[in-house]
Amino acid sequence: MRALFALLLRDLRLASRRRFDLLQPLFFALLVCLLVALAVGPEPALLARLAPAVNWIALLLALLLALDTLFRPDAEDGSLEQMMVAPAPLPVLAVARVTAFWATAALPLILAAPLFAVMLRLPATDLPLLMLTQLLATPTLAWIGAICAALTVHAGRGGALLALLLLPLAVPVLILAVGTLDAGRQGLPVLPPLLLLGAGLVAACSAGPFVCAAALRLGLR
Amino acid sequence: MNDPALHAAPLPALLAIRALAFGYAGDPLFQGLTLALRPGQALVLNGGNGSGKSTLLRLLAGLLDPDEGGVERAVEADGEPVALAWLGHALGLKPALTVAENLAFGACLYPRRGRMGRDPALAAVGLDGFAAVPVRELSAGQRKRVALARLLLVDAPVWLLDEPYANLDPEGCRLVDRLVDHQLRGGGAVVLSVHRAGQAGFAGPRQVLDLQGAA
Repeated sequence: MRALFALLLRDLRLASRRRFDLLQPLFFALLVCLLVALAVGPEPALLARLAPAVNWIALLLALLLALDTLFRPDAEDGSLEQMMVAPAPLPVLAVARVTAFWATAALPLILAAPLFAVMLRLPATDLPLLMLTQLLATPTLAWIGAICAALTVHAGRGGALLALLLLPLAVPVLILAVGTLDAGRQGLPVLPPLLLLGAGLVAACSAGPFVCAAALRLGLR
Repeated sequence: MNDPALHAAPLPALLAIRALAFGYAGDPLFQGLTLALRPGQALVLNGGNGSGKSTLLRLLAGLLDPDEGGVERAVEADGEPVALAWLGHALGLKPALTVAENLAFGACLYPRRGRMGRDPALAAVGLDGFAAVPVRELSAGQRKRVALARLLLVDAPVWLLDEPYANLDPEGCRLVDRLVDHQLRGGGAVVLSVHRAGQAGFAGPRQVLDLQGAA
């Protein structure tokens, strides 16, 4: 338990000393939204229809960009070896690392959703539901991403490999999340897809730490 | 030495290597390696570049899985295997954090603190007053000393040191010798790799494993 808080504290300290790294995914997502808005042109109705999907894809790509920094710096400077040799259980350390990652990478993106929504002409009534799906689904994505990042941490060009591994695995989450918003717009019940997203969250948060620890050990060979 | 009981019942091994075999892509590096490391003993791995010193240390640390055989650790009273402390080529320090923050994090990974506090440990490695300095402002040798201080902060009966003498001036090498002796006197064990047999200048009892022949 002490190790969990120590790692969390270390990561938050590191994040607070490199604020530019914190802004990077945010600017990236902003640019994706901006590019889509520019490419689609002045058609507010079409843009509004696309907005949830675009917002979600921007979030996913920004998370992917940030994922490369989840384990790689620790692997390169030897911190990961320290953590794996020490008696502190590796799944617990994975929880701390992924929680810090979620708080520094995913949370700012969720909080920036209103800004993206304005850019993409998303109706204000859809915004709470959009943010709720993001809140429910980003921890799941963070764990899936952490497992993929753990597997590729010692592979030379991890970035491209990570994208190829993660993006197909993220498809069900993406479909469910965007589907929830579609259901909301058509007046269908949104609770079932939200519950499914919640189930994914519970599954990812309970199995994720152990799978991630195993993947880190596998990645060493 | 005159006590016969001491000879009849040697201390149980902290670390036992049994019939260990390992190789990369079918090319065997070790075969049938059997060794026991008892409290107060050091194991010096001697060999040139590529002779498998680091690989053997990684096998002992559990960072690699052997092809055959295994590495067994003694079990503490609480049922947990004895803790290992690791010092690799990459020191595991964050340049953006201060010396104190790095040490605090390293120590928190271990359930039990060592006998030494932060400031005495820093004084022992000759970094008195460096606690608040960011690691990025330290030289390579000073960073190594921070990593050595981290060993003193935790209660780990077995130290695994990969080329502890690298990057250090003669005084730093004597410091490593002092720390190794400190650990051996305290009933711990140390495994360390060197690329010249003469490098390890500590006083405590040692076994030397020459890896050139094995390669």
